[in-house]
Amino acid sequence: MSTTTPTAVETVLEVENLGVDFWVDGEYYPAAVGLDYRVKRGEVLAIVGESGSGKSSSSMALLGLLPPTARVTGSIKLLGREIAGLDNRELRKVRGNQIAVIFQEPMTALNPVYTIGFQIVETLRTHYDLTPAAAKERAIELLEKVEMPDPQTAFNKYPHQLSGGQRQRAMIAQSISCDPVLLIADEPTTALDVTVQAEILELLRSLRTRLDSAIVLITHDMGVVADLADSIMVMKNGEAVEQGTALDIFQRPQHPYTQSLLASVPHLGLEVSETGTSRPSPSTTATPVLSFQDVAIEYPKRGRVPAFLAADEINLAVYPGEIVGLVGESGSGKTTLGRAAVGLLPIKSGTLISAGVDISGGGTKELKSLRRKAGIVFQDPGSSLNPRMPIGESIGEPLFLAGEAEGKDLDKRVQELLTSVELPTSYRNRYPHELSGGQRQRVGIARALSLAPELLIADEPTSALDVSVQARFLDLLQDLQQKLQFACLFISHDLAVVDILAHRIAVMHRGRLVEQGTRDEILRSPKEAYTQRLISAVPLPDPIAQRERRESRRAGL
Amino acid sequence: MTNSSIPEPGHSAGSVTDAENNLELKEIEGLSQGQIVRRRFFRHRGALVSMVVLAFIIILAFSSVGFAFSFFGIDIRTPGWWQWTWTQIPTPQNGGAPTLSLVPEFMGGDGVRFGDHPFGQDEVGRDIFAVVMRGTQQSIVIMFVVGIIGVTIGTVVGAISGFFRGWRDSVLMRFTDIIITIPVIVVGAVVGRAVGNQGAFALAVVLGLFAWTGLARLVRAEVLSLREREFVDAARVAGASNRRIIFKHVLPNAIGVIIVNATLLMAAAILLETALSFLGFGVQSPDTSLGKIISDNQAAFGTRPWLFWWPGAFIIAIALCINFIGDGLRDAFDPRQKRLPSSRALARATANRNDLARAEALVGTRGADNQVDGSLAPRSTTTLDEGDERPTHGSRGDA
Repeated sequence: MSTTTPTAVETVLEVENLGVDFWVDGEYYPAAVGLDYRVKRGEVLAIVGESGSGKSSSSMALLGLLPPTARVTGSIKLLGREIAGLDNRELRKVRGNQIAVIFQEPMTALNPVYTIGFQIVETLRTHYDLTPAAAKERAIELLEKVEMPDPQTAFNKYPHQLSGGQRQRAMIAQSISCDPVLLIADEPTTALDVTVQAEILELLRSLRTRLDSAIVLITHDMGVVADLADSIMVMKNGEAVEQGTALDIFQRPQHPYTQSLLASVPHLGLEVSETGTSRPSPSTTATPVLSFQDVAIEYPKRGRVPAFLAADEINLAVYPGEIVGLVGESGSGKTTLGRAAVGLLPIKSGTLISAGVDISGGGTKELKSLRRKAGIVFQDPGSSLNPRMPIGESIGEPLFLAGEAEGKDLDKRVQELLTSVELPTSYRNRYPHELSGGQRQRVGIARALSLAPELLIADEPTSALDVSVQARFLDLLQDLQQKLQFACLFISHDLAVVDILAHRIAVMHRGRLVEQGTRDEILRSPKEAYTQRLISAVPLPDPIAQRERRESRRAGL
Repeated sequence: MTNSSIPEPGHSAGSVTDAENNLELKEIEGLSQGQIVRRRFFRHRGALVSMVVLAFIIILAFSSVGFAFSFFGIDIRTPGWWQWTWTQIPTPQNGGAPTLSLVPEFMGGDGVRFGDHPFGQDEVGRDIFAVVMRGTQQSIVIMFVVGIIGVTIGTVVGAISGFFRGWRDSVLMRFTDIIITIPVIVVGAVVGRAVGNQGAFALAVVLGLFAWTGLARLVRAEVLSLREREFVDAARVAGASNRRIIFKHVLPNAIGVIIVNATLLMAAAILLETALSFLGFGVQSPDTSLGKIISDNQAAFGTRPWLFWWPGAFIIAIALCINFIGDGLRDAFDPRQKRLPSSRALARATANRNDLARAEALVGTRGADNQVDGSLAPRSTTTLDEGDERPTHGSRGDA
């Protein structure tokens, strides 16, 4: 490890011609081909690409953490030592000690039956000769280092007792416990809210200077990249299409793929005047399609879990032909509102009128008439389509159940719907698993729009999609909205996406609506402190602007 | 982003003839889940061999001595091609020893022949081949009847209690608990006494009424996790009734659990019938079953061992086949199952890949840049994508 303090900056990781292949159905399929890169001490290399581009598998190959069906070729040198062909015993010494990983989802990466203190101590004692007491002392020191609030008590807590951000801190404390020379951060902030994400990024930045180790950051979020990275490698279909410093890539992207990737990243707060004029909010004199009046929604007590008030004092109206963005952190009750609006959740008190039907009482008859007038697009396209039904059948189901069409007629309507969401009509016999994420979400829209509803609820429809796919999806949604003029409640945690689509925005925090207004009011001159915090936490996909933003935020705190 | 990656959709559906449509479909046809499962199943050698062996046993048993079943008063009888039936008593020859011989004459044996009594005869002279075939028939009938009844009840009970939860769940699951606490062998003994003389069919129905509990529990657990999936909500928003959601959306997704446990249930049913008949509570004389043959001839173990070989061999063969088929089905339904290639397959794949690389080098980057959605990317990336995604939202329980 740190034997001598090198004068020249030491190269930590040197990867040459790295290839990863997976054995699928009797053949090897390449997941990564011919990767070459090196990372120096104190440097952050960001590997950027869409899902399936091989960025994760190539990085897991560094640690030998791939399934037995994978094959790794090429050379991986850690501090000049070849680790590509090492056997498991030797590799174990490297793992955790010299190379550590921060995983995407701390809830699943931490063992739920052990306290986080135990898990950090375990890592320490595997690699060093330490007494339990000394290890504990060191673990608490580490928790302090990652700015965990109250490290003494946090030591004895189980992962489920911590918040998402704290869990990620614990995870980072564990991974830096042996002063690794190389830290691999695999989408470290993807599962976190923007405000928490900003804190974790801040932590990673300070750790990088304090630890002086190399960091390989795997992400698809250009904002995160701009915030943290020194150099960038862009991957596509298993190949590195472009490599360079962060500034170069952001300002002078060479490869067309990098250019399109950057172009499809939604920017928050651009083109204020232009879009502001081109998108007047539809008249607000008409009767609203969706109206919440003093609505409270409660998840009832179940067993020993007490009742939980997920939303309270909600007053919100969506007018015909209008897109209202509903933003907030996870757990703020956005999805609860969306589900209540289509009658999937009963409300506790207040009046909820959806598509002209009063469903406050939750009567079966009212719900049935609502089904024909409201549609919903769900968050996870992988889970919202029945895996055993061809997509044509999924799309046609609302039509069939409403008695609108049958047989040949139904077939024709399904084909029209597929065409309207820009999918080939021949796809109707395919199953969801044969489609990509973006295509599945299109199917979700086609299904939601099959009965030409007055109201569409879009529940974070793009959060599971890559940026370029997201851009196309948003275009499509906008087109369809302009054509069909349905009212839309667009739920998202991504302010930039809402900025593109919404006429008006409502901000939700801990089950309450804290602020409502037009897009410009909310995003350009927010009044509530919470809204301001939310907006300033969004990383900008531009290294220079992001640095300014960071400094201004630090000054403001 | 351009839409150049999307192939020309068949917009003018009206003008396209059926033949053209079919051709188009065939071109873009992916593998349905059923096809994938079938393909994986057929790759499981043990399961495939078991299927063939089981089919052979079923055909042999039913064609050789003919059917004779009475379903609640209706008799069905057909003749078989074998010269004896299980009730005929020919004169004993040669001490009842089997006449089957598989060693050819030039190797010092008696030549390949079946003879009059290939499996031998018992003390009174009954042809054991005919008796064993009849017993096998009984076992197979019991296996299928118990399987069908048990699976139907278990699936419906499990689905209802898992889907609705609340009081229905409590009532049905407490009822299931009560059935579980009663040992099936005791139920079989008591009921077998009463209905044993009605034949194997009646016995099977009764056994089926008690054999569904394990499956109900498993289906309930599966449904509990499936009902939280978003496609159930999506169906509800589409206006589907509870019954439609259960039978059209939830149960087809639990089919893996159901099929696998059905096979295990069937194998258990055969062994249960054998045990009951051996104890004298199952099928009654003059009819016979595999367990009863062994029980009847207990005293002759030292002098006529073939009286045990043949029924024993058939019990083991059927139970093994069913278990292997179940094993193959479980593997086939588990999408996370990963098979490591043999070294020969590895070498072949490497060769293929080199060819592919050469071909790709020729094609160049022509097709590489216009794919944005990932949908039409080379098969490799999409397949891997699926493989990586599965575990994150795969909520299928491990059966």
